[in-house]
Amino acid sequence: MIGIIDYGVGNLFSLKSSFEAIGEEVFVSGDKNELAKADGLILPGVGAFEDAANKLRQSGLDEFVKEEADKGTPLMGICLGMQILFEKSFEYGEHQGLGLLKGHVVPMEGSLPKELKIPHIGWNSLHITSTDCELLRNINEGDCVYFVHSFYAQGCEDSLIATAEYGKELTAAVAKGNVYGCQFHPEKSGSVGLRILSTFSEISKQTR
Amino acid sequence: MITKRIIPCLDVRNGRVVKGVNFEGLSDVSSPIELGKYYSDNGADELVFYDITASAEGRALFTDILTEVAKTIFIPLTVGGGINTLDDFDRVLKCGADKVSVNSGAIRDPELITKAAKKYGDQCVVISADVKRVDGVFRVFAKGGRENTGMEAISWIKSCVDRGAGEVVLNSIDTDGVKGGFDLEMLRAVSDVVNVPVIASGGAGCIDDFVTLFNTLPKVDAGLAASIFHFGEVEIPELKKVLQKNNINVRL
Repeated sequence: MIGIIDYGVGNLFSLKSSFEAIGEEVFVSGDKNELAKADGLILPGVGAFEDAANKLRQSGLDEFVKEEADKGTPLMGICLGMQILFEKSFEYGEHQGLGLLKGHVVPMEGSLPKELKIPHIGWNSLHITSTDCELLRNINEGDCVYFVHSFYAQGCEDSLIATAEYGKELTAAVAKGNVYGCQFHPEKSGSVGLRILSTFSEISKQTR
Repeated sequence: MITKRIIPCLDVRNGRVVKGVNFEGLSDVSSPIELGKYYSDNGADELVFYDITASAEGRALFTDILTEVAKTIFIPLTVGGGINTLDDFDRVLKCGADKVSVNSGAIRDPELITKAAKKYGDQCVVISADVKRVDGVFRVFAKGGRENTGMEAISWIKSCVDRGAGEVVLNSIDTDGVKGGFDLEMLRAVSDVVNVPVIASGGAGCIDDFVTLFNTLPKVDAGLAASIFHFGEVEIPELKKVLQKNNINVRL
């Protein structure tokens, strides 16, 4: 059973529907006791880093997420939810993340060729940089996934498993032990995205 | 490499797709749910659902259908039609839409773009503009292309992007329905002044029109069409194969 962490950020409808579509039991909750029953946890997120990180803290779920990650529960951050797994973000200031992964989040503005549009929005192909990662075991080099973001993670070489080329190689997916992250939206990435969610569910069941 | 997007647009009235379609294997060709799934399974990169209902009953039905579509299709969904307030944004986003397209609503109240972009993010707000040449000047038309607002189109679109619209759908009334190709001149004029994705709409009649579009205007990000897809005149998998042969990056 997959638990989607609801901390008041973004719309969780598509994420929940996508797990249902692949036949996975899934629930959305902001309650630690409920979420603790899940085999695997999804940390979603859209919007601004500071606002999302504050909401996670205010709900007390930041400590819960860290404890679960330490216990070995499979955890996957999606989009801004992935960015929050890192140490800090430089999105309009400097903000602390959960520090579950080494690295930080920086703006594309100023670090990409000027002719490129920001946000990076649309379908882009994945370049798999680590073949021994379970999360992408059902994905092929060059498979396309859907991105929408203006900030990206860097300094995360030790967890990097896939990149996408957009003026430079942007961090697309990360994994370290039981902690996973996708910058793209698997719930909007057609059959490729559903395969990633399905693999995460399998990993979660195996870990249980 | 980021890919060029191919986007079918479905006009929905009272819960049904208008303009009959003819696809083998679809039991109900006027069902937005079945047709949406068909496109999603057959290479569409994104879907646009346009609500052309006038009644409140039709609007509620549209919302229900959107929820069903979003439960079965896992590609980005853009919704337009009848978007006049932030509550309208809220209503369709809750049903699983990813982006909301505004047209007449933004003409009446440009602040709608500013407010929506602030609340939901730029990436969520699409400005859809119906544009036609009048005495050699690009003018914005409202109410489904029936009413000349008198506004100069290029500066209007730029002002919408400055307010926070994250994407532009440019529909040329001059080429719409003519099937003689996209309005390259108009698209170039818009692409030159905005730095957000531009989606070309109006005029596609065959596969070559898409090849010409992306080859001539590399800054255009996507091609949108309705009837040529609905009537099977252009099939998206075939279209994408031809684009790829022409060194245009697509998702296969």
